[in-house]
Amino acid sequence: MITKRIIPCLDVKNGRVVKGVNFLGLADVSSPVTLAEYYSECGADELVFYDITASFEGRALFTDILKETASKVFIPLTVGGGINTIDDFDRVLKCGADKVSVNSGAIRNPALVEEAAKKYGDQCVVLSVDVKRVDGVFRVFAKGGRENTGMEAISWIKQCVERGAGEIVVNSIDTDGVKQGFDLEMLDAVCNAVKVPVIASGGAGCIEDFITLFNSLPKVDAGLAASIFHFGEVDIKDLKRTLAENNINVRL
Amino acid sequence: MIAIIDYGIGNLFSLKSSFSKIGEQAVVTSDKEVIAKADRIILPGVGAFEDAAKKLRAGGLDKVVLDEVSKGKPLIGICLGMQMLFERSYEYGVHEGLGLIKGEIKPLEGDVPSELKIPHMGWNKLDFVGEKDEIFKYLGDNDCVYFVHSYYGVECEEALIATAEYGKPITAAVRSGNVWGCQFHPEKSGNVGLSILKAFCEI
Repeated sequence: MITKRIIPCLDVKNGRVVKGVNFLGLADVSSPVTLAEYYSECGADELVFYDITASFEGRALFTDILKETASKVFIPLTVGGGINTIDDFDRVLKCGADKVSVNSGAIRNPALVEEAAKKYGDQCVVLSVDVKRVDGVFRVFAKGGRENTGMEAISWIKQCVERGAGEIVVNSIDTDGVKQGFDLEMLDAVCNAVKVPVIASGGAGCIEDFITLFNSLPKVDAGLAASIFHFGEVDIKDLKRTLAENNINVRL
Repeated sequence: MIAIIDYGIGNLFSLKSSFSKIGEQAVVTSDKEVIAKADRIILPGVGAFEDAAKKLRAGGLDKVVLDEVSKGKPLIGICLGMQMLFERSYEYGVHEGLGLIKGEIKPLEGDVPSELKIPHMGWNKLDFVGEKDEIFKYLGDNDCVYFVHSYYGVECEEALIATAEYGKPITAAVRSGNVWGCQFHPEKSGNVGLSILKAFCEI
C-alpha cells in the first residue's frame, strides 16, 4: 500500500532558507539545495519549497535554486508561494517542480485551479489552505494567515477539489507554532469531505504527534513540518523508524 | 549515449538530470538519427494517452522506436511511456499503442476498492514477479518507488516483472525481451529509482 509521507517545508527568500536552520554537520545550512539534498538522504518523501520573495530579482533567483535542486534531488518537489497565474505554474514546472501549490492565488481567482488542472493534470495542482476557527467555524485566511476571507473552509476545499485540485495541504493556524500536535478535529473534517490526498500541517512538535496523527486519522496521507526538522528537534530518520515500529506504513 | 525521446509532452528536466547523477550521458532529442545512434532509448510520458500517441506518431518517432527495438536496442518506457508500449488503451475511447508489450491499459477506477484514492499517488513497495529482473538487481525486497497514475496495465501477465499493492496487485513494471516499462517514476524515486536506471544502463 501507499506509504505515509513525511514532508519538510523550506521557506525561501532571495534564494536562501529563512526562519533559520540549525544543523550540525551542514556547512551551508541556508542553501536550499544543500538542505534539500540532506533531507532527501534522510528519507524525506517529498519536499516543499515555499517562495516568500517579493522582488522580481528574488524570484529569478528562486527558479535558479529550483533548477539546481531538481538536478540533484530525485524525490517529488512541490513549489508554492506567489503562484497567481498559469505562467507561474509554467515557470516552476519548467525548472523541475512536480507539483504546484496555490493558496491566495486561488482565493483571488478560483478558476486558476481549474485552468491549471486542465493543462497539467489534477495531480499537479495542490491547494494549500490556511484555516482558523472563528466563533467555532473553520474560516479560510489569506495573506499568510493575516486576513479572514470570511469563507467557510470545508466548502472552499470541496469547491477547489471539484475544480481539479489533486491534493490539499491543511494548515491549521490554531495549532501552528504551538507544537502541541496536529489539528485532528480540523483534519478529520477535511478528510471526510474530500477524496483527494490530505497533507496535515501545523502543530507538530515531536515524533509522537506524527504517530497520533496517522493512528487517529488513517485517511491523512502525509505530515508536513518546517522548524522541527530544521532545528533538529525531530530527526526524519528517527521519525520514520519510529512510525514503522508503530505499524505505520512508511518508506524506509 | 542514451536518447530520451522528446515528442513535445511533459518536462524531461528531472529525467535528464537523473542520468547525469549516475554518470551517464543522456540527450533529450526528437532527432531520428540521434535516436538511431543511441545505445539505449527512454520513452517518457505524462498526460493523456491519445494526445501523447498522436504526437509520437506525428513526428514519425513511433517508427524509429519500433525499428531500433527490432534491432535489439534496449528501451524503457516510463509512466505513460510504459502505457504506450501496450497494445491499446481505454483512456477516453480506444487508442492503439505500439504493441511491444502484450496487454491493455485500463482505468484504476472501478478496479480497485472505492475507498482508495485515484490517482494512485505516492511511494509504494515493489513486489517482484518471478525471478528478480536484471533492472532490479540493486534493489532489496522492501524498496519503494514513486507512482502517479490513474490508468494501469492489465492482461500483461507474460511481461509482468513487478507489481504494487493497491487494493490488489497492480502492474508496476513489465519486460518483453529488450523492452522494459515502468509505471512508476524512477527519476523521482530517490536512490532506488536511480539504481534502476543504472541497472538499465548496464544492460
